[in-house]
Amino acid sequence: MLRHLRPTLVLLTGLTLVTGLAYPLAMTGLAGALFPAQAEGSLVRNADGTLVGSALIGQSFTSPRYFHGRPSATVAPDPADSTKTVPAPYNAANSGGANLGPTNPALIDRVKADLATLKADNPADPVPQDLVTTSGSGLDPDVSPEAALFQVPRVAKARGLSEDALRALVAGQIREPSLGIVGERRVNVLALNRALDLAPMPAQQAR
Amino acid sequence: MTLAGWIQIALFCAIVLALVKPLGLYMTRVFTGAPTPLSPVLRPIERGLYRLAGLDEAHEQHWLAYAGAMLVFHAAGFVLLYGILRLQGFLPLNPADQGAVAPDLAFNTAASFVTNTNWQNYGGESTLSYLSQMLGLTHQNFLSAATGIALAVALIRGFARASARTVGSFWVDLTRCTLYVLLPLCIVYTLFLVWQGVPQTLGPYAEATTLEGAKQTIALGPVASQVAIKMLGTNGGGFFNANAAHPFENPTAWSNLIQMVSIFALGAALTNVFGRMVGDERQGWAILAAMGVLFLAGTIITYGAEGAGNPLLNALGLQGGNLEGKELRFGIPGSALFAVVTTAASCGAVNAMHDAFTAIGGLIPLVNMQLGEIIVGGVGAGLYGMLVFVVVAIFVAGLMVGRTPEYLGKKIEAREVKMAMLAILCLPLMMLGLTALATVLPAGLAGPANAGPHGFTEILYAFTSAAANNGSTFAGLTGNTPFYNLTLGAGMLVGRFFVIIPALAIAGSLAAKKTVPASAGTFPTDGGLFVGLLVGVILIVGGLTFFPSLALGPIVEHLAAGAGQTFAAAGN
Repeated sequence: MLRHLRPTLVLLTGLTLVTGLAYPLAMTGLAGALFPAQAEGSLVRNADGTLVGSALIGQSFTSPRYFHGRPSATVAPDPADSTKTVPAPYNAANSGGANLGPTNPALIDRVKADLATLKADNPADPVPQDLVTTSGSGLDPDVSPEAALFQVPRVAKARGLSEDALRALVAGQIREPSLGIVGERRVNVLALNRALDLAPMPAQQAR
Repeated sequence: MTLAGWIQIALFCAIVLALVKPLGLYMTRVFTGAPTPLSPVLRPIERGLYRLAGLDEAHEQHWLAYAGAMLVFHAAGFVLLYGILRLQGFLPLNPADQGAVAPDLAFNTAASFVTNTNWQNYGGESTLSYLSQMLGLTHQNFLSAATGIALAVALIRGFARASARTVGSFWVDLTRCTLYVLLPLCIVYTLFLVWQGVPQTLGPYAEATTLEGAKQTIALGPVASQVAIKMLGTNGGGFFNANAAHPFENPTAWSNLIQMVSIFALGAALTNVFGRMVGDERQGWAILAAMGVLFLAGTIITYGAEGAGNPLLNALGLQGGNLEGKELRFGIPGSALFAVVTTAASCGAVNAMHDAFTAIGGLIPLVNMQLGEIIVGGVGAGLYGMLVFVVVAIFVAGLMVGRTPEYLGKKIEAREVKMAMLAILCLPLMMLGLTALATVLPAGLAGPANAGPHGFTEILYAFTSAAANNGSTFAGLTGNTPFYNLTLGAGMLVGRFFVIIPALAIAGSLAAKKTVPASAGTFPTDGGLFVGLLVGVILIVGGLTFFPSLALGPIVEHLAAGAGQTFAAAGN
């Protein structure tokens, strides 16, 4: 075994430096030069330069004035007891899913409760299932076009805007599958809400 | 299930098949020492390393020396990684101020990466510094993958050579695989990933103020360079806790498609390397065909189950399959296909939470791993695992006709069959034995998050994934406890080395044999009959070994879900 020692030490050190240090550092330099925005995390800033988030990372929306993303099961350490965790939706420093099995009553009850809340907002349309299922990462930035349109009545009411204008806004944010087949139709919630904040909207007709 | 979904699956298969021949040709040149287009750049580095190491690259090793070199190299890699994890608090490149990794978790993580398992009991962004991710994990991603390929090449040489004493040099195979195969592919691949949106930065985590005025800390890092090798090397250990479901690891449907292709690319191409090195490419295609049959069957079942959805949720009016635990940008086809690919191939990266799959959707990933990940498989590991099954299939065929079995002109005799059975039997011993242990000990029963058959499946999945060196998880299991860190770590080490060593023994014993010319009585191993026999042997061995455990887990759960039954965890 001793005769293996020198090659082990040399190759382990040499290849570790090449693959563990030279390679990631060279890639960091090259990526930063070629694709600076993506390499830094596709960060989104306001006109005044404040950091709003990342185009790829969902964020928590709870106000009725905004379109909401999918339920998120991410957690954060409990400030009172660091061995426990507390729910912290869209915690981008600790990604993760709900991990409720298909026959777990906690899953069924959660979906039932979410369905009831959503139906109260919009009794007319069927609830799209992405609004009641958590994503794998808890950071899913997208919802389906149906899920965005489903929320139009609530947002219109909260902002006093016309539903038709909001539907047009959503339609403008729909991204189609690449080449028509790769991927799913979807709407980026942060982009939609930013457009909502920026766009001048005709006020709802008084009834 | 949609037409677009099936078209995406067909597109995936077409890209993988198109890559088999070119990659196979290139890798054959690399491992036979022929010049390649990259030689002018890489050759000086390669020679420098050999000179420093005091190696004569023409000197080949007996299989025992090859195995010894591999073991010493792994032991040193293990110590290095364990050290980095324990000391990361004192080392540079630690902007999020992560402290030392606990000893049991560091043992588990080191075992996990050295064996190409990459089970994630660590939390990625919440546990590891940038230095640990780069110098610790990325380098083991390369070296454990290169080791797998080196071993497959050694076994191929065993089949290809006659009356030879040696099976190649571990040092040369390892170095050439890292420098000529993995590194160049990763460089191109990293840039593709960054283009798609994967971050590659050493800057600190971003602090954003959301539209609603809340604070959001966004974890960043040198992600793309690690994701590239974790996929290509079928390692699977993620930069982030959510692995390839995280939008920063896998931002678009294209990155998802290419990541799946990259999991299969080298493993599939190795069947072509096998064909070329034994002098008959059809032998390689026959093995790939057997893998393809099993892969397609698994894909159809998983996509079917996920597309049909969870009956308990469908009863509430949900439509469109099972999206729980899946990312919208991949949809159901992109998630179901990824689950089959990652478990067929020993990768273990996940782009959706397998724990939240329907019972039957989650059954296929489990079966893929239990069969030993021979469907394309881990880079290298898949091919040598499959060749072990080939030995058994040929033996069975020989028994049927009453002749001494032959494969590629080599007589398959008692020693080879014994070694093959040893390799095949060590996996169920670890998977089922450790599962049984965990289901009777309180420390094991404390792990699962779900109750009833699903909880059992979580435990079974964990030990299956560890022993098969897959590393994907039914993530509901709380694996970061001393009991699971140690038992899973042991499972990984046994599952890796007790397959590798018998496979190398077969290589050594085959290389030493004379070649017998084919005769009228030789069973042709490049046709449909052989493919069918091989698939049959795999399913019978796997089915007999694992069916009872599957019946206790996913099959019971499927029947219960259909009958509307749920299983409440104690304490809920």
